[in-house]
Amino acid sequence: MTTINIDMVRKRAEADAKTYGYYLVPDPDLLQAFLEGLKVNEERYGYPSCPCRLASGNLAIDRDIICPCDYRDPDIAEFGACYCRLYVNKDIYEGKQELPTVPERRPLEKQSRSYAATVVSKEAKEKNEIKENEMEKPEIKPKLWYCKQCGYVTFRDDPPYVCPICKAKRELFAEIKIRIDLIG
Amino acid sequence: MQFSKVSGKRNNHKVVLYALSTCVWCKMTKQFLKDNDVEFEYVYVDLCEEEDKKEIRKHIQSKGGSLSYPTTIVDENVLITGFRKDQLKEALEI
Repeated sequence: MTTINIDMVRKRAEADAKTYGYYLVPDPDLLQAFLEGLKVNEERYGYPSCPCRLASGNLAIDRDIICPCDYRDPDIAEFGACYCRLYVNKDIYEGKQELPTVPERRPLEKQSRSYAATVVSKEAKEKNEIKENEMEKPEIKPKLWYCKQCGYVTFRDDPPYVCPICKAKRELFAEIKIRIDLIG
Repeated sequence: MQFSKVSGKRNNHKVVLYALSTCVWCKMTKQFLKDNDVEFEYVYVDLCEEEDKKEIRKHIQSKGGSLSYPTTIVDENVLITGFRKDQLKEALEI
């Protein structure tokens, strides 16, 4: 396994900020602490989930909070910073706007999944009698979505808030329904 | 569930802090309480057992809180979400 170091985490965040026209929080101590948190989570879970949110350790459940999370773009658009305040807009970076308080945009039902994610499976292991399909698994049903503006296709629970390719809004995403007919 | 206790001279309130070990604002809340000599106990939710996480979730939601961290509960009746100096000061009479 490759060791993860702070420099890698920093470079990745810097590159992402640059791509999307954002900035990293200017306070060096805050920035360092965020990067440390991301590093710990990447070592712990195998992916850099948000240091400010409780992850489950299950990729399917945590996918929307892997940094940069799904909520970053709408949060920066509305408040000027992401939920953690690692990513900020230009005004905050330049000190023209104060670091805002950003409310949690992640739906409660998704947050809740982090709490009972492995309880049942653990009990099942101990008792060894619950069959897999009887387990109280959180409902995750990824679907195919496409951007009507640029054609970008993604497979996930919900359409993205903003298209990562053409920046179209969520409303421009439509579900791709697949039907298989057997004839003959 | 293992709470860590931080003693302080300002101990007229029961202060419980739910935090994440990776969270910057949780760290700052902790530091703020320490700097103001507030006695409190805290637990890192992300390092808890799954059963304890469930309990924590129940506790926070029963006080009307969202599942955001840090969550500070003062005297079992005031819940503060996030690192809000103004709210902490008011609740703890600092």
